[in-house]
Amino acid sequence: MQLTQGFADPAIDAARVFRIVLDAMSHPGRIVALPGIDAPAPCSPAAASVLLTLVDGTTPLHLAGAHDCDAMRDWVRFHLGAPLVGPQGAAFALGTWPALGPLSAYPQGSAEYPDRSATLIVDGAELRREGARLTGPGIAHEAFLTLPDVAALQANAAQFPRGLDILFTSGTQLAALPRSTRIGGA
Amino acid sequence: MTDYNFAYLDEATKRMLRRAILKAVAIPGYQVPFSSREMPMPYGWGTGGVQVTAACLVPEDTLKVIDQGADDTTNAVSIRNFFARVARVTTTEATAEASVIQTRHRIPERPLTDGQILVFQVPIPEPLRFLEPRETETRTMHALEDYGLMQVRLYEDIARHGEIARAYAYPVRVEGRYIMDPSPIPKFDNPKLDRSPALHLFGAGREGRIYALPPHTRVESLDFEDYPFTASKAAGQRCAICGAEDSYLDEVITDDAGGRMFVCSDTDYCATRVAAQAEDAA
Amino acid sequence: MYVAVKGGERAIENAHAWLDDARRGDRDVPDLGLAQIREQLALAVDRVMAEGSLHDPDLAALALKQARGDVIEAVFLIRAFRTTLPRFGASLPVDTSQMQILRRISATYKDAPGGQVLGPTFDYTHRLLDFDLAQAPDVPPAPEIKAEPADTPHILSHLGAEGLMQGEGPGGPEVPDLTRTPLEFPAERALRLQALARGDEGFLLSLAYSTQRGYGRNHAFVGELRIGHLRVSAHLPELGFEIEFAEILLTECESVNQFQGSKTEPAQFTRGYGLVFGQSERKAISMALVDRALRARELGEDMDGAPAQDEEFVLSHCDNIQSSGFLEHIKLPHYVDFQAELELIRKLRRDAAARQAAE
Repeated sequence: MQLTQGFADPAIDAARVFRIVLDAMSHPGRIVALPGIDAPAPCSPAAASVLLTLVDGTTPLHLAGAHDCDAMRDWVRFHLGAPLVGPQGAAFALGTWPALGPLSAYPQGSAEYPDRSATLIVDGAELRREGARLTGPGIAHEAFLTLPDVAALQANAAQFPRGLDILFTSGTQLAALPRSTRIGGA
Repeated sequence: MTDYNFAYLDEATKRMLRRAILKAVAIPGYQVPFSSREMPMPYGWGTGGVQVTAACLVPEDTLKVIDQGADDTTNAVSIRNFFARVARVTTTEATAEASVIQTRHRIPERPLTDGQILVFQVPIPEPLRFLEPRETETRTMHALEDYGLMQVRLYEDIARHGEIARAYAYPVRVEGRYIMDPSPIPKFDNPKLDRSPALHLFGAGREGRIYALPPHTRVESLDFEDYPFTASKAAGQRCAICGAEDSYLDEVITDDAGGRMFVCSDTDYCATRVAAQAEDAA
Repeated sequence: MYVAVKGGERAIENAHAWLDDARRGDRDVPDLGLAQIREQLALAVDRVMAEGSLHDPDLAALALKQARGDVIEAVFLIRAFRTTLPRFGASLPVDTSQMQILRRISATYKDAPGGQVLGPTFDYTHRLLDFDLAQAPDVPPAPEIKAEPADTPHILSHLGAEGLMQGEGPGGPEVPDLTRTPLEFPAERALRLQALARGDEGFLLSLAYSTQRGYGRNHAFVGELRIGHLRVSAHLPELGFEIEFAEILLTECESVNQFQGSKTEPAQFTRGYGLVFGQSERKAISMALVDRALRARELGEDMDGAPAQDEEFVLSHCDNIQSSGFLEHIKLPHYVDFQAELELIRKLRRDAAARQAAE
């Protein structure tokens, strides 16, 4: 079994990655750059950084599609210790947009505890500042981001305060789409 | 044991806090429960703010800590020294230079900018707590967006006093959804929250709650059409040190014959103005 | 010209130096050793361990010394240390019937297998100050007899065998952990017990007392109170076997309470449960009574608004580190809020005066 290295300096590296993710989550649509962490294909370096920073033995993880491979499972077991689960029990999920499947399969949070919903890491699709028009908290006027399925994400946002929060990753790039963001047409 | 982990908390605790902070940012104004840790300072003395700050800090940060607007109040000094020691960050008293500001009871006068994080220490995060002491009840009210009780209470104030008799911790509505306690800042500071370019994070350690206002979030102080909110402060006074008329003022008793004066509560704002005046004079 | 007060940093340093000096006290008096505290103030050490949720008599003794004997401050020191410790896992449940008994009494049976053992108790001492103690007297060892180590079954198990005592059922597969998961209501009993075990002794004592005086009355007998040593072990999946890693002193109380029965269940006795680190029977009995009071809803009993039956009230207020921290934080400056109140009161008075003048 070949295992790639995690963070070189776990406490400091995780702190830096978190701040970048926080910046992205606080500014939906903003494309940020993360340090490159080697993870088994097809997991992007950005997605691997996010996993190392946020996921551990207390957060069930769903690996979808090609991300659900032996190499990734070993990597998760070694670096995160997160229980691997199906979509319905996931706190985090990782995969390409088509592989992740319908959003309704994941925990959406309840009216009393809307925070108990999954965070999806949608990996692989190129991120560009064009396409759907985003407004709402974190956005001064408007932002634009390429989204895989506007209607599904609009439906997610319409459930606010329930709903999923989404991190799009590609290479070393990341952009966030929290449930609070209002999505206009492309 | 001689050395603590970076930013004091262990990595598992920081991950838990970071997940809670991201959920809080994604649901502006909603209080995310988190499993608060005992910190080396007492509950009620900023443990929530300290945990949030510890989860956010990177070594490159410049940290400012204020209590009552001042950098030199004893609890601010104590918390600033704690982070200088356990996170080895640079500290500052200048609002403009800080990337993270932890505060108790004030928002700096100088407008915050994109990229700055303001971390509030929160004693009672639940804005409905004084109307209904039970968590099970207030949670349901938030879930159902049932805020009638709050409206009634504020209206009772108007009936009795001719205005809403709340001077601090004045409740706000976030993006038209959650009612939120802005922490015990004077209501003078409330308008600074609305559409601020900075990220505002709120940590309540004893109560185990984190909530957030992302940048550019709509924050309205609760009021009625015929009784609009006003951000009040000492009427008709100016700072005795820098002459500011636009800042929040503390009243200082100067003698035992009833003499008093007013000075800026934000010590950095005041000192910056005094320095600028000295430069102009020279 | 007014100059804002500066010097918070030096003030703090000087206060700390003064604290260190005051802690040491008169230098002609010998410095207090941790072993002295551990051996001779053992019940204070036990309370610090119980409410600090950390079984380590030496650390508790250090905390008491550092806190100048302020027990709650010592508990705080232990809690703040405990929270930095890595968590390896949960121990296996201890079986208190295997306790090496120091003390064991029952108020419900005159005698039972295993017998009544008074142990090192204050119970029948006359509370007369013993002036000889001031002179550091030689204390002869207490008389000993050889006891055969044997399991001591719980007295209430005899009631259980007859079907007169409600069974407790198996616990859940996951042990809830108050220190890792935010408290949520309604809280299951295991979580409530966890909160009570580290709760403030004085608070629980008052609540338990209030049930005796009729606020949520459930008429408790002390079915059994036992104090003794137990070995603690854990199962290590890496090794594939159990290891013993500690021996701890515990106090356990099982109360016997009436239960009138319901439509589906015949009348039987019910149990309140208390388990505390160290020798602390006041705390263990209080805990058992409050545990039983908190079961009112589950047992379908009248809820008359008694504080001890109110889970949110009890669990939200039983932790003395939370309560003392928040209570004492009002010492911190509140200039800003007070100023805001001051302006508001002045304005309301001006407005009222104007209204009066207009009338």
